[in-house]
Amino acid sequence: MALSALGKVGSISLFLVRVLGQCLPALARPGLVIRQIYNAGARSLVIIMLSGLFVGMVLGLQGYQLLARFGSESALGMAAALGMIKELGPVLTALLFAGRAGTSLCSEIGLMGATDQLAAMEMMAVDPVRHVVAPRFLGGLIAVPLLAAIFSCIGIYGAQLIGVTMMRIEPGTFWSQMQSAVGLRDVNEGLIKSVVFGAACSLIAVYEGYHAEPTAEGVGLATTRTVVTSAVVVLLLDYMLTAAFL
Amino acid sequence: MAQANRSIEVGTGLFVLLGFAALAFLTTQLPGSGLQLERAAKTYAVVAKFDDIGGLKVGAPVAMAGVRIGQVTKIVYDTSVYKAAVTLTIDRRYDHIPDDSDAAIQTSGLLGANFVAISPGGSDTFLRAGGELQFTQSAIVLESLVNKLFANFSSNKDSSASKDSGEGKKGSDKTSK
Repeated sequence: MALSALGKVGSISLFLVRVLGQCLPALARPGLVIRQIYNAGARSLVIIMLSGLFVGMVLGLQGYQLLARFGSESALGMAAALGMIKELGPVLTALLFAGRAGTSLCSEIGLMGATDQLAAMEMMAVDPVRHVVAPRFLGGLIAVPLLAAIFSCIGIYGAQLIGVTMMRIEPGTFWSQMQSAVGLRDVNEGLIKSVVFGAACSLIAVYEGYHAEPTAEGVGLATTRTVVTSAVVVLLLDYMLTAAFL
Repeated sequence: MAQANRSIEVGTGLFVLLGFAALAFLTTQLPGSGLQLERAAKTYAVVAKFDDIGGLKVGAPVAMAGVRIGQVTKIVYDTSVYKAAVTLTIDRRYDHIPDDSDAAIQTSGLLGANFVAISPGGSDTFLRAGGELQFTQSAIVLESLVNKLFANFSSNKDSSASKDSGEGKKGSDKTSK
C-alpha cells in the first residue's frame, strides 16, 4: 500500500518532468494552447464569477456579524479583502477548476486513450504528450491565476455589496481600511498560491487521464480520482504555502 | 471551422483581458501604494505630537464626539521634539475643525483599543492638510496608574502598620505599668 503510494508520487513526478520538457515545443503551436485556455478558463468564467459573488456576500454577512460584536464593522473591507486574496480566491478557484475543467481534461484524455487515439498518434511518430497533454497543462496553468484574480475581485465586490449597500458601512472607511491593510505582499501570496494550485490541478488531471485504464469504467474512476486528489493536494499545498509565507 | 476558431480566439482574449484587469485592480487599487485613482483626494492629513501614545496603532480611528472621522495612518518618533508624531488622515467632509482643537488618546472601554479623540477649540481658522494639532493629551497608561495606586496603598499600609505597632508598644507599656 505504502509502496504503491510511493510509486504513484514517483510516476506523477516523472510525468511532470516529461510534460515540462514538452511545454516549450507545445508553445510553438500557440493555437492548441489558446484553445485549452478557452476550454479551461473562458468557459469556467460564469461559475467562477457566480461563486465569487456569493462567497464574497457570505463573507460580508458573516464578517459583519462578527465584527459588529467588537464595534469594528468598518474593518469588514480589510477582513474581506485579505480573506479573498490570500485564501478563498486561490483555494476555491482551484477546487472549482478541478471540478469544472479538471474532470473534463481527465475524461477527454482518458477517452482518447480508450479509443486508441493516443496510440495512433504514437504510431504516426507524433508525441501525444507534446500535442495533447502539454497544451492542456499549460492552459490550466495560465487560466487558474487569472480565474483566481477574477474570483477575488468579484468576491470583494460582493462583500462591499453587503457591507456598504446593505449594512451602510461608510464606503470611504470600507475602502481606506482595506487599502491600508492590504499590501502588495498579500496580492503576491495569492498569485503564487494560485499558480501553484493551477499547476497541481492541471497536472493531476492530465496524469489521471493519460494513465486511465482504457475502459469506460477506468475513465470514470480516473475522473473521480482527479477531483479527490486535486482537492486534497490543494488543501495540503495551501497549508504549506501559508506557513511558508508567514 | 475558421469561424469557430475566431470565436475561440475572441473568447480567450476576452477572458485573458478580464483576468489581467482583475490582477491590475488587485495590485494597484487595493494596496495603499499611491496608485489609487482618486480616493486619496477625499481625505487630508494633519499631524499631532504626543508625549506617550500608549498602545495606539496605525489604523486606529480618529473620532470627534465619538463619531469616526478618519484614522491614524502613520506613527513615527520625532527626534527634534522627542515626541511621537502621529499622522491623522481625516475625511474631507469634516474640514471645519478649528486649528486650536485638542487631540487626546483615549481608550474605548476599560481595556479596549486606543483611538484619537479630537475636541473642538474656539478658533475661526480651520485645520488644513499638513496642519498640526498643537494641544495634545497623552494616552493614560493603565499599568502606570495601577502601579501608582498600589504604591499609594502599600505606603498607606506601611504608615498605618507603624502606627499600629506604635500603639501596640504603648499598649504593652501600659500593661507593663
